[in-house]
Amino acid sequence: MNFSELFKQSNQLCKVSPDGKYLATCVQYRLVIRDVSTLQILQLYTCLDQITHMEWASDSLFILCAMYKRGLVQVWSLEQPDWHCKIDEGSIGLVSSRWSPDGRHILNTTEFHLRITVWSLCTKAVSYIKYPKACQKGTDFSRDGCYMALAERRDCKDYVSVFVCDDWHLLRHFETETQDLAGLEWSPNGCVLAVWDSCLEYKVLLYSLDGRLLSTYSAYEWSLGVKSVTWSPSSQFLAIGSYDEKVRILNHITWKKIAQFDHPATINNAKAVVYKEVERRTAVGSDDLSLHNITIGTTLFNTQSKYEICPLPVQIPVVKPDPDRANPKIGVSTLAFSSDSRYLATKNDNMASVVWIWDMQKMNLEAVLEQTSAVRCFQWDPRRPRLALCTANTKLYLWSPAGCVSVQVPTEGGFQVQSLSWHGSGDSLILLGKEQLCLCFMDTDQEDKAHLQSQDGKQTESQEMDPVSTSEHHPPCTSKRP
Amino acid sequence: MGEWWTAVPTETSMGSYEISSISHVTMSPSRQNNLMSMYSSAGLSKSSYSVISAFCTEDNIPQCISYISQELASLGLSSTCIKASSPGGAGLDTVPALNAMYELLQIHRRNMCTLEELEKEQLKKSNTLEQMQMSNSRLKDQLELSIREKSGLHETERQLHLKIKTLQSCLKTEKDEVQKLQSIIASRASQYSHDAKRKEREAAKLKERLSQLLVERRDKKLAIDVLNSLGRSDGKRSHWKTTKVTASHEDEMYKSLLSDYEERQRALMLENTELKKVLQQMKKEMIHILSPCQPSTRGATAEDSQADSDGEEKAGDSSREMLDQSCEHAREQLTNSIRQQWRKLRSHVEKLDNQASQVQNEMESNNEVIPKEIHEDEMEKMRCEVQQCKEFIHTQQLLLQQQLNTSFDDETAALLNDCYTLEEKERLKEEWKLFEEQKRNFERERKNFTEAAIRLGREKKAFEEDCASWLKNQFLNMTPFTDRRSCSSSDGQSALSIRSEPEMRMSSTKAQLAKSLTYATVSTPKPTQSASVPSTAELYRTLRLMPDSSSSRHSHRGRWQESSTIEGGDTRVKSKTRVRCGNIFSLGEDENSLT
Repeated sequence: MNFSELFKQSNQLCKVSPDGKYLATCVQYRLVIRDVSTLQILQLYTCLDQITHMEWASDSLFILCAMYKRGLVQVWSLEQPDWHCKIDEGSIGLVSSRWSPDGRHILNTTEFHLRITVWSLCTKAVSYIKYPKACQKGTDFSRDGCYMALAERRDCKDYVSVFVCDDWHLLRHFETETQDLAGLEWSPNGCVLAVWDSCLEYKVLLYSLDGRLLSTYSAYEWSLGVKSVTWSPSSQFLAIGSYDEKVRILNHITWKKIAQFDHPATINNAKAVVYKEVERRTAVGSDDLSLHNITIGTTLFNTQSKYEICPLPVQIPVVKPDPDRANPKIGVSTLAFSSDSRYLATKNDNMASVVWIWDMQKMNLEAVLEQTSAVRCFQWDPRRPRLALCTANTKLYLWSPAGCVSVQVPTEGGFQVQSLSWHGSGDSLILLGKEQLCLCFMDTDQEDKAHLQSQDGKQTESQEMDPVSTSEHHPPCTSKRP
Repeated sequence: MGEWWTAVPTETSMGSYEISSISHVTMSPSRQNNLMSMYSSAGLSKSSYSVISAFCTEDNIPQCISYISQELASLGLSSTCIKASSPGGAGLDTVPALNAMYELLQIHRRNMCTLEELEKEQLKKSNTLEQMQMSNSRLKDQLELSIREKSGLHETERQLHLKIKTLQSCLKTEKDEVQKLQSIIASRASQYSHDAKRKEREAAKLKERLSQLLVERRDKKLAIDVLNSLGRSDGKRSHWKTTKVTASHEDEMYKSLLSDYEERQRALMLENTELKKVLQQMKKEMIHILSPCQPSTRGATAEDSQADSDGEEKAGDSSREMLDQSCEHAREQLTNSIRQQWRKLRSHVEKLDNQASQVQNEMESNNEVIPKEIHEDEMEKMRCEVQQCKEFIHTQQLLLQQQLNTSFDDETAALLNDCYTLEEKERLKEEWKLFEEQKRNFERERKNFTEAAIRLGREKKAFEEDCASWLKNQFLNMTPFTDRRSCSSSDGQSALSIRSEPEMRMSSTKAQLAKSLTYATVSTPKPTQSASVPSTAELYRTLRLMPDSSSSRHSHRGRWQESSTIEGGDTRVKSKTRVRCGNIFSLGEDENSLT
């Protein structure tokens, strides 16, 4: 595992192009494009103001940079650095900007969700979509990029409009049986649309592409309901996380619940492995306690940590939420399926330091990762069943069926991993700090070997990897720093 | 009780009045005597005499006689019975008088008897009365208690009723409240939703207005500034919006939906065929399992089961043939045959289960509670066996005796004798061994004793010598050359006493002994006996059979002064073990004495 040196970034804007070749980072009002493999700067664009949003087009040829305060969107071409495009939303304001799947249209949502403006880069044409609903997830494109579902609100009723992204033709428009629609999401095969109600009511509706209601699911009444919804990549399962700290799995044939995953405070499931992160202060000799060491960085304060397998039963720290406050910190807010649909990772908000991993074949708890601090972000490797997570400290944590690893990010200056995202190939990870970023390159060959080795002994103990500070295969880029 | 007591005197007084009224006519003094006679016959003899003496005097005999005769006549006795022996004389015709007296006595006795009986009866009656009264009072108490209880229960019931009433009223109010609250909630909810809708409408209106305004203003800024337009990502040119295009969109949509369904169907088909395969496999295996064991398990119904399985096999074959066709009929057949097979398998398994449970039950019964029948059977068997064995033994004995009695030839006799002698020899050998051991013990003890005696003698000798030397010294000290003697006393001692080293040791030990004997003197009042004390110590030693004299002495001291030395502890242990040895030896002696 190798780590690059730190690069500057702002607003946590750092994205790898869909083809995996380029890395775009925003630093104040500048956009920097690097080669992922060499980290050489390829292009440098300067925007009109501080960039608040940045997105790659699907063909990796264009990047849009949005400056919401100014109501401005600037688009840059990678192939033609001279080419430029500027969209000004004017006084109507801008709160969200995104590419359409074809990479030739830009959808801007105006302030107060007055409308969505669709700008075509091909024809300069503008079209408006009225009455978009301001909610958790009001728009969703199907994975093949053909259709867009949009939640609308008219006359105090919820509607869903399905557009053909090709020419923004309204394909279907139907009213949904929701009190207050909160979100919608296409199944990965693009044939089923899941629609869920706001947290006041537990209601999940499943619509076919042609607007037929396939099924309605409600687990309970009179209590706060759905908090998060996720499709499995195979479209077989729909996982619903709710405020009752449970995840319910619906199947795609009968749309009935086939499994329910509880998040108990005491784990005594014999099939699950509980990994507990244990911190260990590094022994510092008295002669090391010089001013030099202290000033040099946080190495003195950095504690080493490793995972230990806890004997069952295990008590998990639970924070009781304040019942008088809105949006209580309880319930399953984050759900993520591994790329092969084999595992499901969940996080229960009142057990913020714990990530739960469920086996979707056996439908039971596979592993529990108890961290020392609250989990900020976790993401599955897009190629392998491997989960990366961070807890806003200097460490990166990885889980795979073979075991669990905690890796110290070998950087100076107190780089704390706030968020992370995988490269599409699963070979590298982008670690985002507050104003910096760092790339982590997985040594896939070794990794595979280790994987194979550990397969023999089912659950090898979590070994602590000594982080390699300088990358050998990827010489750090020092030439031009923005 | 009181009533009875009060009643009695009145009765008696009535009687007494009657008598007295009679007696009053003639004799006033007899009044009290009659009363007395009514009460006690015992007191009569004493008091009546004095009374009679008062009643009859020398002077009034004839009056008395006449009076008594009158009285007797009034009592229904022969009036002529008492007569004066001589008219006008003082004598009394004795025979009739005695007869009259006897009769009177008889009457009196009878009366007493009846009185007694009556008294008894009265007592009984009074007792029963008392009992009745007691029970009556008790019952009264009970009644009172139960009445009180009843009233208490009534009270509690009343209270409970009250409570129920209050609770019911409470419930009613609560219900009302709930209803009120529900209505409030409902009204609030409706109000809220209404307000929300109104707000939303307002917001929508505002939004509309805003967008209108913004559109009307013709915002100059609202623009796109592109260097040159891009081509479509798919390289095609954009289409006109026509009905044809919309239709094609619909087509596309349905196509994708269809393909999805087709895919799903394909997956289901695949799954179905897989399941069918599994079913077939299962069926085959079931047939395989069931067919060989059926004849053995069923026996009687083997034939028809065979036929069944044949039929099923046929059906299975046919269904297998028809599997590819996958028509309704084949499926039905397959499921039917599977069901049949399954039923058979289930019954078979159940039977096996039953058997297993039976076996287990038997096992359990063996372990814990034996069923009665089995137990009895077993008992019967055992009894038979015992009987058989007994018979066997009996016959053997008989045969042996016969052999001994009838064919008592020399050979067998010798053999038997040999046997007996061998046995005897063995026994003797054992006894001999025991005896030898005892002998050895005895020997050892004797040796110990002689050693002790020798030592005693030696010590005695030494003591005597010592005594002599001491006397000598004393004698010498008494001489006028004392000062000379005193200064060189130690020297003199050493010079005078011609002793070998062991003797020296002896003396020193003796000194120690003397020291220790200062404690012993407590028990022995005569200090003059100190000379003989060492010998007792020796005796102790010999009795405890201590070979080492010094240690024995230590132990002695240890016993006398418990906290004297550090060695005390272990020496005591030693002494203990020795004591145990002594016991063993004494036992040996006993044995010797026994044998």
